[in-house]
Amino acid sequence: MSPRRRPFVWASVIALVTIAVLGSYCAPSAPERRQAGAGATSDIAQAALATYVPPGDLDQYYMFASGGHSGNVYVYGIPSMRHISTIPVFAPYPATGYGFDDESKAMLGEFTWGDVHHPSLSETNGEYDGRWLFVNEMNGRLARIDLRDFKTKQILGPIPNLHGNHASAFVTPNTEYSMMASRFSRPVPQRPVSVDRYATDYKGIVAGVKIDPKTGEMSLAWQILMPPFDYDLGDAGKLASDGWMFFSSYNTERATGKLEITASQRDRDYIAAVDWRAAEKAIEAGQFTVIDGVRVIDPAKVPGIVYLLPCGKSPHGVDVSPDGKYIVGSGKLQGVTTVFNWEKVQTAIRNKDFSGDEDGIPVLTYENIKDAEVPVGLGPLHTQFGTDGFAYTSLFVDSAIAKWKLGTWEVVDKVPMSYSIGHLAAAEGDTVSPDGNYLVGLNKLSHGRHLSVGPSQPESSQLVDITEEKMKLLYDAFTEPEPHYAQIIKADKIKAIEVYPREENKHPLAVWDVNEAGVTRNGKKVTVKMVAVRSTLTPASFEVNAGDEVTVAVTNIEQTTDELHGFGLLDYNINIVVDPGETKTVTFTARKSGVFAYYCTNFCSALHQEMQGYMVVR
Amino acid sequence: MKAFLERTNRFLDQGLDVGPRLLMLAAAALLVLTYFVPLWNLTMFAPQYPNGLRLDIYSYTLAGGNGGQDIVEINVLNHYIGMRDLVNENFTEFQWMPFAIGAIALLVVRAVVHGTVASLLDVLVIFGYFGAFSLWSFGYKLYRYGHDLAPTAAVKVDPFMPPLFGYQKIANFEVYSYPQSGTYLMVGVVALLGAAFLWAWWSGRAARAGEGAS
Repeated sequence: MSPRRRPFVWASVIALVTIAVLGSYCAPSAPERRQAGAGATSDIAQAALATYVPPGDLDQYYMFASGGHSGNVYVYGIPSMRHISTIPVFAPYPATGYGFDDESKAMLGEFTWGDVHHPSLSETNGEYDGRWLFVNEMNGRLARIDLRDFKTKQILGPIPNLHGNHASAFVTPNTEYSMMASRFSRPVPQRPVSVDRYATDYKGIVAGVKIDPKTGEMSLAWQILMPPFDYDLGDAGKLASDGWMFFSSYNTERATGKLEITASQRDRDYIAAVDWRAAEKAIEAGQFTVIDGVRVIDPAKVPGIVYLLPCGKSPHGVDVSPDGKYIVGSGKLQGVTTVFNWEKVQTAIRNKDFSGDEDGIPVLTYENIKDAEVPVGLGPLHTQFGTDGFAYTSLFVDSAIAKWKLGTWEVVDKVPMSYSIGHLAAAEGDTVSPDGNYLVGLNKLSHGRHLSVGPSQPESSQLVDITEEKMKLLYDAFTEPEPHYAQIIKADKIKAIEVYPREENKHPLAVWDVNEAGVTRNGKKVTVKMVAVRSTLTPASFEVNAGDEVTVAVTNIEQTTDELHGFGLLDYNINIVVDPGETKTVTFTARKSGVFAYYCTNFCSALHQEMQGYMVVR
Repeated sequence: MKAFLERTNRFLDQGLDVGPRLLMLAAAALLVLTYFVPLWNLTMFAPQYPNGLRLDIYSYTLAGGNGGQDIVEINVLNHYIGMRDLVNENFTEFQWMPFAIGAIALLVVRAVVHGTVASLLDVLVIFGYFGAFSLWSFGYKLYRYGHDLAPTAAVKVDPFMPPLFGYQKIANFEVYSYPQSGTYLMVGVVALLGAAFLWAWWSGRAARAGEGAS
């Protein structure tokens, strides 16, 4: 090549190389946040210290997390995020024999699943009192867990008229009521009506479930007929707003079909404010009709019970501030969360400052009741509270938590969540005096922030330190499907027993002496009174006839902590677990003849393997 | 003036040496290669998508990352704000671009055979026009995508211009839009054709200088 041609070749080569280098430089490989690198090592060390609970030490808080469609409630320790226990509620759980013994089987009825959403701890004066935990379930049911023994004691429902019990189980500040509201409207009373007549013939329902202050026994007190909106979440008024209940709603378009579009057209839906004391008075005054055995109030006929607060846009969570003065509605399809001033709401009600009505229920004038639209970020869902007037709002779309201040409405900090946070729970964060300290983000996606376990990925829950101005992510935990709401209660508020005291056992089939154990027959009914104690099930064998109805009543006569005994009967699909001092029964028909072993399923002692016997069916 | 035109005509009629013709052949080859690699890439990161959603634009198709799943995901997300689906049918570019690139490659080969500066200049101009028009066409398409949002969308956002080049924050997404190897190949085509042209001009000048001296 002649020297004068060389520049052109070089020029082309240099041009191509430059282009390639520029190209690879510009191509993005990771978002800026990730390119910036992980937190400094000292932060990690601090987080490790903050969450480390040494072996044998106890956590500061209990967290009760709903288990969604698993039907369970999960108990975690905070700050370790250790899963301590599972409380089966709406689904059989062989690990504790729940749903197998006669009592729990009767409680479950025909159901083998439930969709648990919102745990609600009992309160006294707006503070958690550590007595009971109420949980709702979509099939119109409510359950009460006694926190003395962490066992499900009552399941109420499915109650009539109300369909899709999502906006529940929120308790009022002195546990007068646990509330329910329908996510799915349907004809009331229940009857087949074409979906075409949804807007006029379908109804929503708000229900007040009375709680007995001594026993915690739940009973359906009254219902309120509501327009056919989808009632989503709720929170009871407290202090300034005590006596009121707030429910968010979407699909105020009264649409059917492709709801993701048709129910998202209005710029504002509603938060329904229900004066439950006024509802009580209406019931006393006889202002109700009985529908399907329930006393139902029609707010169009009984004014002063329900008011609608316009709230943008398709609000999900509605949360009342600790002092009860603010009601925070989070419109999931927008970038702001709306704060209503309770005093202004009351003034508007007094002055009949209405901008319209829905089926005779007054709609308050938005501009005159709202205090702020706080620009928290995209997809706000739920708000919890900390100390010093700080509020924490979960942002589903932004996948973050925003920290903002009540009164100044200033957003002061954000922390990313991995990923797509739904609910969040702060330590006693929905009471009249939140603790601050810890906040848990209950995320819907974990996207492989864990060892791979296949396509069915766990949800993630993340612990956040909220003691300082900046929120700090402390820990990732992976939670059973599917955490919706959770509540965090100071550990010392719960006084749990560790054995059932013998003197409290009033079970008619209980036997405390192995010599009293044995078989009694009454026609075709056979009762086996069985004693379980290390390391024998007495009687060690019994005989029945094919076709007999057999009741085995197992009393665990241990009074020692952690000495559980099981009674598993092979080939009969029976497994119950009996805690120390407890008597449980299981009743079945001896359909199969032959010899069947039973044994202690819950490991108990050195001679656990010897704890076995035979049922002979002739 | 007349002298300038005569000089220009002489230059345009000038025959090309082997060197420039080889550069032009290389340019034609690069043009063919553009078919096999993406021209442009949009990558979107959000907290929920730590690995990003990738969308490659070829001369004849859209291709989502993650085995095509990313484009499905992008469309699912876009439907919340009422954006039309990104599908090949909405891009007429995918029909005429491969044809135009093929035609231009043939014209380059034709210019190699004809071997005149004029034919080289033709393909340079045509290719420049093609490049500019394609960019505008894609840009306008993006504009329409960001502005023709369904009024019934669940989430209302202000109409926006997706980034054609560089970084932009859209809702919870960090969006990066950059040219890919296909575009760099095309820039290479321009560079090679330009180099061939300069080469011809340089050697022509040397020849003209030689004539002037004789």
